Parts: sequence; structure tokens; C-alpha cells
Amino acid sequence: MTGENFLMAAQSIALALLSISFLLTVVRVIIGPTLLDRALALDMLVATAIGFIAVIGIRTGFTLYLDIAIALGLVGFLATVAFARFVMSRRYQKEFVEEDKRGFFRERAP
Amino acid sequence: MIDALQNYLAGILIIIGALFTLVAAIGLLRLPDLYTRMHAASKAGTVGSGLMLVALAVYTDDLSITTRAIAAIVFFLLTAPISAHLLAKAAYAAGYRLWDKSVCDEMSTDDTDGTASDERQQSL
Repeated sequence: MTGENFLMAAQSIALALLSISFLLTVVRVIIGPTLLDRALALDMLVATAIGFIAVIGIRTGFTLYLDIAIALGLVGFLATVAFARFVMSRRYQKEFVEEDKRGFFRERAP
Repeated sequence: MIDALQNYLAGILIIIGALFTLVAAIGLLRLPDLYTRMHAASKAGTVGSGLMLVALAVYTDDLSITTRAIAAIVFFLLTAPISAHLLAKAAYAAGYRLWDKSVCDEMSTDDTDGTASDERQQSL
């Protein structure tokens, strides 16, 4: 088997595996159960998208997408940081933690 | 010769990276609570996309693309632990429960766990 054939096969396998992991992560985004799980799954979706970009860059030669991958990583990082700030805010406490009926959060002393 | 080597190396690296990403996604779906899921997503996910970027850096002949791929890897290795740490800290501060079968909670303030949390409280 020559190197090019091997690389084509490897790209196909990698794209299939990445698609499966993308779908599994989307399942976690849908079933939640809390907002934090969804934020974590969205962070993971960004990582998977970066992997997709790398494989597409090898497959088609459009390495310009690498800049998009860097920007995507930056946006994902900033989104997670902003989300963590929101979770620590009083509004999140009021709207999500105190309304929690299914026992994901500890009761806290008033 | 060197072309064939580049092709084989890039192919092996993207398959390993995709496998790591798949493991991270399965962990995200199967693990019991947020903190353990974070353990899967931040570590295995970063290694997965990082290995695929290494494959791109190996495969390309253009030096600027290689440099950019390495810069992207360094950036992800720097930011992924920070974002996971911030999210975990925010979740703990909001009062997200650990899994029932979790063994140790060193940040807990009530004294169910024994001496380790005491010492930690004093040192803080």
C-alpha cells in the first residue's frame, strides 16, 4: 500500500470517527441535564470542530482553515470563561439553582 | 521517500487523534457527573484535536502552516485547562453535587470527610 492510499483511507476513517463523536456530543448537549453540562459539551464540540478542520486541511489542501481553527479556539475559550462568570452570578443562583427540583445542587444555608 | 514517510505519519496521527476524540465523546456521554465529564472532555478532547493539528503540521510542506499549527496546539494546551478549571470552580461554587460514589471532596467545608479537609481549610 502506498503512502497516498494509506493517507486517503486514514482520512476517511478519521472523518467517520469524528462524525460519530460529534453526534455523541450533540446527544449530551440535548439531554443536559443542567446548563453546565451543556456548556461543557459545547466546549467539546469546538474541540471536535478543530479536529475536523485539521483533517479537511490535509484532505483538500485548504490550510487557510487553520486560521479559522485558531479563531474558533479563542472564541470557545472566551465563551467558556464568560459562562463560568455567569454561573457564579447571583442571577444564576436565583433562576437555576433555587428552582432546581431534581437535586443536582446542594441545599445551601440561608 | 520523505513524502511517503510524511503520508504514513500524518495518517497514523489523524487516526489516533480521531480515536482520542471519540473516547472523549463517549466519556462525555457515559460518565456520571459534571466533574468526571469535564475530566474526559478537557484532557482527551485536547489531545485529540492537538494530535490532528500535529498531523497537519507534519503533512504540509509550507513552513508558515507548520508554525501556525504549532501555535494553535500551544494555544489549546494553554487554554483548555484554564477553561475547565474555571467551569469546575463555578460549578462547585454554585453548589453542583458530586456523584454519590465520589471518594473525596477536599473543598468541602463540613466535616464529614475527616482530617484532609481540615488541614486544607487551615492552610487556606
